[in-house]
Amino acid sequence: MHEYSLVESLVSRVEQEARERGALAVHRLSVRVGELSGVDPELFRTAYETFRAGTICANAPLALTSVVATWSCPRCAKPIARGAVLRCRDCDVPARLDDGGDALTLDAIELEVP
Amino acid sequence: MCTTCGCGDPELVPVELHEKILAGNDRAARHNREHFLEAGVLALNLMGSPGAGKTAVLEATARAAAAKGWRLGAVSADLATDNDARRLEKAGIPSKAITTGQACHLDAELVHRSLHDVPWRDVDVFFIENVGNLVCPAIYDLGQAANVVVLSVTEGEDKPLKYPVMFKAADLVLLTKVDLVPHLDVDLARVHDAVACVMPRPRVIEVSPRTGAGMDAWVAWLAELRAAVAPAGRRPAAGHAHDHGPHGHGHAHDHGPHGHDHTHEHEHGDAHGHDHGPARKR
Repeated sequence: MHEYSLVESLVSRVEQEARERGALAVHRLSVRVGELSGVDPELFRTAYETFRAGTICANAPLALTSVVATWSCPRCAKPIARGAVLRCRDCDVPARLDDGGDALTLDAIELEVP
Repeated sequence: MCTTCGCGDPELVPVELHEKILAGNDRAARHNREHFLEAGVLALNLMGSPGAGKTAVLEATARAAAAKGWRLGAVSADLATDNDARRLEKAGIPSKAITTGQACHLDAELVHRSLHDVPWRDVDVFFIENVGNLVCPAIYDLGQAANVVVLSVTEGEDKPLKYPVMFKAADLVLLTKVDLVPHLDVDLARVHDAVACVMPRPRVIEVSPRTGAGMDAWVAWLAELRAAVAPAGRRPAAGHAHDHGPHGHGHAHDHGPHGHDHTHEHEHGDAHGHDHGPARKR
């Protein structure tokens, strides 16, 4: 249940940004959750819904984008089949996780400024 | 203010951030890492299920380390009780319990605070024994040089496939309790196969803290990492000849598990050196 502590970090980061920009309210948050981020998107959403009450995010819907984890060869760029050994058989090198597969990123926020 | 017509109404401004939500933890982890590196201490984050044998591995490591002249230290995290820290103290590892209450994992800040209570600067290898949990601890960087995941043979061959985030984060998997294999319907080859499907650089050492099997391969792995953290001559340990591990190489290039793409092979040259899987073909 580390989703709650993650949401806490998220909301305090948004509060900081809003303060620095003198925002009146936050209207929307966009968060990207990679399949290998260690975060369950539904739990994260539930944690956010619980936690946002009474914060500057109280009226800000959360837009969650899930990113599927894919691996490929860092040398020949050939994708590794899902569930297969994480190694390029042709190049004999370890596979590399493609961008975003393990991301847990606050992409953007929409602020209401005076 | 609305700049289109100057009406004075508030305006909606999109702000692009693209920041890791764990950026704060990562900053604290970097801070810890600088401390460890500056003091020449090899810090390891030991993770695994409750009952996988994390504490038993450390107890057995204490025996092996004594022969090497290494000083060990540890912090040990649990939701409740300081049982593990007391076990480690008894085994001769100065330890401090971190009681996390409801928290299912350690974060970098908790580790940093605990460092004030243990003489971590005076040790050669410092273990951070995480909360027993194969989920949450995986995503929190603590400032360690490497992640070690302890998986016992009783947990099932497919555990790596079920908890890919944890095993992807691992630099080494210690497959423990191998002395129990004759009593179980477990096929170790299947464990190794599962690890290779979630870990791009799979590295598994089979050990039994109870019989001592494989412990020399584990200590050799530690020695390799330690050589990178505390290079020759920089921080001679007190009262013993400086030991650079079984390879006898005094050079200080980085053997660390992070980001080395060059190909070289390390033979551990011992009878228990179970180093299976595709890492061999590196």
